[in-house]
Amino acid sequence: MSDSPIAVEQHGPELLHHFVDAEQQRDAASLGMWLFLATEIMFFGGMFCAYLIYRFWYYNEFAAGSRSLDIWLGTINTAVLICSSLTVALGVRAAQMGKRKLLVVLLLLTIVFGFAFLGIKGVEWYDKYKEHHIPGRSFNASDLEKPPYSNGGIDQQHEQIYFSLYFAMTGLHALHMIIGVGIFVFLTFYAWKGRYTPKYYTPIEMGGLYWHFVDIVWIYLFPLLYLIDRKPLR
Amino acid sequence: MFDNFPLWPVRASTGAGNVDALYIFLLALSAFMCLAIFAMILLFATRYRRRRGIEAEQIEGSSALEITWSIIPLAIFMVIFTWGAVIYFNERTPPRGASEVYVVAKQWMWKLQHQEGQREINELHVPVGRDVKLIMTSQDVIHSFYVPAFRIKQDVIPGRYTTAWFRATKPGVYHLFCSQYCGTMHSGMIGQVVVMEPAQYEAWLSGGGTTGSLAASGESLFQQLGCPTCHRSDTQGRGPNLVGIFGKPVQLEDGRTVVADENYIRESILSPSAKIVSGFKPIMPVFQGLVGEEQLTALVAYVKSLSPSPAGAAGTPGLAPAGNRSQNP
Amino acid sequence: MATAAITAEREHYLNQEYGIRSWLLTTDHKRIALLYLISITFFFFVGGFFALLIRLELLTPAGDLVQADTYNKLFSMHGQVMIFFFLIPSIPAVLGNFLVPLMIGAKDLAFPRINLLSWYLYIIAGLIYIHCIVTGGVDTGWTFYTPFSTAFSNTKVIEAGIAIFIAGFSSILTGLNFVVTIHRMRAPGMTWSRLPLFIWAHYATSIIQLLGTPVLAITLLLVVFERAFNLGIFDPTRGGDPLLFQHLFWFYSHPAVYIMILPAMAVESEVVACFTRKRIFGYNFVAMSSIAIAVFGFLVWAHHMFVAGISLYAALVFSILSYLVAVPSAIKVFNWTATMYKGSISFTTPMLYAFGFIGLFTMGGLTGLFLACLGIDVHVHDTYFIIAHFHYIMVGGAVMGYLGGLHFWWPKISGRMYPEGWGRLAALLVFVGFNLTFFPQFILGYMGMPRRYWQYPPEFQVLNVLSTAGSTILAVGYVLPMVYFLWSMRYGKLAEDNPWGAAGLEWKTSSPPPTFNFDEAPEVTWEAYNYEEIPAPAEVQVER
Repeated sequence: MSDSPIAVEQHGPELLHHFVDAEQQRDAASLGMWLFLATEIMFFGGMFCAYLIYRFWYYNEFAAGSRSLDIWLGTINTAVLICSSLTVALGVRAAQMGKRKLLVVLLLLTIVFGFAFLGIKGVEWYDKYKEHHIPGRSFNASDLEKPPYSNGGIDQQHEQIYFSLYFAMTGLHALHMIIGVGIFVFLTFYAWKGRYTPKYYTPIEMGGLYWHFVDIVWIYLFPLLYLIDRKPLR
Repeated sequence: MFDNFPLWPVRASTGAGNVDALYIFLLALSAFMCLAIFAMILLFATRYRRRRGIEAEQIEGSSALEITWSIIPLAIFMVIFTWGAVIYFNERTPPRGASEVYVVAKQWMWKLQHQEGQREINELHVPVGRDVKLIMTSQDVIHSFYVPAFRIKQDVIPGRYTTAWFRATKPGVYHLFCSQYCGTMHSGMIGQVVVMEPAQYEAWLSGGGTTGSLAASGESLFQQLGCPTCHRSDTQGRGPNLVGIFGKPVQLEDGRTVVADENYIRESILSPSAKIVSGFKPIMPVFQGLVGEEQLTALVAYVKSLSPSPAGAAGTPGLAPAGNRSQNP
Repeated sequence: MATAAITAEREHYLNQEYGIRSWLLTTDHKRIALLYLISITFFFFVGGFFALLIRLELLTPAGDLVQADTYNKLFSMHGQVMIFFFLIPSIPAVLGNFLVPLMIGAKDLAFPRINLLSWYLYIIAGLIYIHCIVTGGVDTGWTFYTPFSTAFSNTKVIEAGIAIFIAGFSSILTGLNFVVTIHRMRAPGMTWSRLPLFIWAHYATSIIQLLGTPVLAITLLLVVFERAFNLGIFDPTRGGDPLLFQHLFWFYSHPAVYIMILPAMAVESEVVACFTRKRIFGYNFVAMSSIAIAVFGFLVWAHHMFVAGISLYAALVFSILSYLVAVPSAIKVFNWTATMYKGSISFTTPMLYAFGFIGLFTMGGLTGLFLACLGIDVHVHDTYFIIAHFHYIMVGGAVMGYLGGLHFWWPKISGRMYPEGWGRLAALLVFVGFNLTFFPQFILGYMGMPRRYWQYPPEFQVLNVLSTAGSTILAVGYVLPMVYFLWSMRYGKLAEDNPWGAAGLEWKTSSPPPTFNFDEAPEVTWEAYNYEEIPAPAEVQVER
């Protein structure tokens, strides 16, 4: 490190004053992002833990609840998210190569996919609302069928636990999606302004990491919530 | 010690002495450790206080010392752990043949009912020298049944039974506290445990007018609710025969086996479809919201009374009465 | 060393800019530390006020000073304010924020703006919580146990839950900043084995903050959802399990104890080294014991649930694991004591707090052995024994550490010396007042007095009166430092750069430090605690 006194001068975002060099800054940002994702895993972990326990206890209700979800909308949403992760990955590549227009297009596509996901999710929730499957006083799951191979029945109360978890998990996931879309609107704006260069594209990379994380959470939620028991009913 | 300034709780159960012994051991150990550390600090602080011209001597540390003062405490800890675990094990394992008291906690009172049928509120009468097992549940929030003189405490949880047991050794009146915060009058949810000589206890038992034993009121409830139409005492019923099932393993429809304890019977009444006995259909109506906690305890007591007192552990595993009709899909 | 006249004129972080904007929009870790100092002091006195009311109510067995509901709110809010708004941010957010970059030779934390963001999150959380207090408060106990908190309490549970949720993110971001800073921002030559033990302990703390806090966040969020939207995850009437809440809650809240005590241990190591003028005995073991505490701390949560209805075997496992976590704490105490051997010990205020810390922490730790012991815990669980135990750790340990650290680094933070005589008096008052307040509670607990009791049987009165009497002395001991710290900012003697003759990079820059911490980028060529190379200051050499 140099011995020269610290110069108080204006710095761009590509090298903030308190870092020695761009490499240190990039390393710090990436370590910080990974640590943040670790906290996010613990955050969702609490719900996955609750899910595991109740699914073990109330398997029939979970299976029946799972079957009442719209598997096609869920599958489409999974595809939408995977596509959005692809556009993000390509976006990072575009930023690395300094293709500004391509970057903006890819980021916009990601935002569109994000909205598509949220829209479809909204439709699914609205269906659940119409079916009285939202936990609370008007909850009614008498329309759900028990798994045919099981002699057990459906306990209305236990069924509510499944839907409580369903709404908590997909709700918080959707909240993460909304935050992600917000971040990408911001990134698109600065990408369009030309802030990101092959030398400095850390924000794109970090935004991408976040987006992939949210995507991966869904990759777990989809089978856990939608695919518990999809054997044909009869 | 002093009448209104006691420093040690009364010992009034067989378990209390064990807890006190361990506690005194720990007190002595802690006092010794504290004194040793404080003496060292005091010694060093006076002996090595800063003086002109005398420099501190730099010492790197010593792995041998570090290992010594890790291993020795650990060994002592393991002794404490084992001792404590033995006591806990005894506290959690009620002896066979203990007389049972059902406890229902609610904001902010204790309702207790004896096997023989006596009901009490915020008071529990027990004779000296008899094992008493408490089977407890809560109607609302979590409470905790705490009798300092017996050194027992057990949280009382809504939706399931927890148990505790004691054998009183000394006649007297002792505090019963709720020790898990439960709302406004948490500190008012107190009562007393009255320990009596057996003769006095018998007098007390016969004194109060009672409607018959808990199991008997359970039986009439069982009839009222129409349970016997399916739960017949032969093998022809649409529901499992309940005679002799208590405490035995039950083969479930999904292949698991559970022991038919209080919690299982409770669950099977409230949400019958949760654990269906192998070979039966989920046709039993749900009683959640239809029977209160106290009625439930009566029903549980009745089902238990159908199984004669433990004749040793002679129960053969395949004896689950429900398992003998197999009509799997 | 700089003389008084020069120091006064020199530009440093306090006088480089003036005006409210330069504080509220600062990204300087030192200024943010001061923002935290002011805000947590406020909450400390709010929580302390609740504590005094609680002690006053308990003067008599009858519930006569406040209503039962009010009392329940007082102890709930005392706990929540003290834990989430004072203790958890106390040392990390004030001293850690100020010192971590200085000690490792960095110009700032890795993410200065995130650092400011976490202060704002803290303030938002604090404002929501204050709103909750003034519009009715919350009465769930600090533990939010379900189903009381979800279905039975009529108070502002949602607001309190959201406030603590947000405060949690403030804590997560601070921890994240520290971990990245310690990994990536160390000055050349500052290897891991040269790090001050302060840094090691903060590193361990930050790991817990990162991995534990989100679990609390989701747990409280589920409670909020359950109240607000009728979800039923912990609702026993729907087959939900209230014990699941307790597991999730304690999965954070046990490690949270280490979030509070590890930084106090961090301070302890620095202070003991400085005032014995020695390298800490067994540096590696002290450093590694911090990490061990952080790791084991995550494996012992269910020892809060021995009577809650967990299985016998789970209880056995968690009991034995709890004893494992006691070993590294014991190692630390033994090492600090051994450090004093053949030292050159001076009795300044920080050192008095350090002595107090060792004494009280030892007693708190030893009574922890009682609680980890299954047979004893059944009797003393949820009694005043627990209250006394964790106050010995959190007040006797963490707050003593915090105050000691504040005195130790006050010359660096403010550029002024606090009045030594008053400092020693306050330290003494705190120690005496503390023991008077909390020692009787051990006896009360074993006698069987349950915690959270608004009224109690009369035989417990004498000990309760003693405890209340002690708390007034304790209160004086806490108000004094605030008064003379404020006084010293204007009238205190100007501090030299290194008034204690302490090792550590933070003492190699001026007092107060310049905005970017060092006039010349430091390069470390020495081991930590190289006291043989640093002359002891003349002033503290005076014999007493």
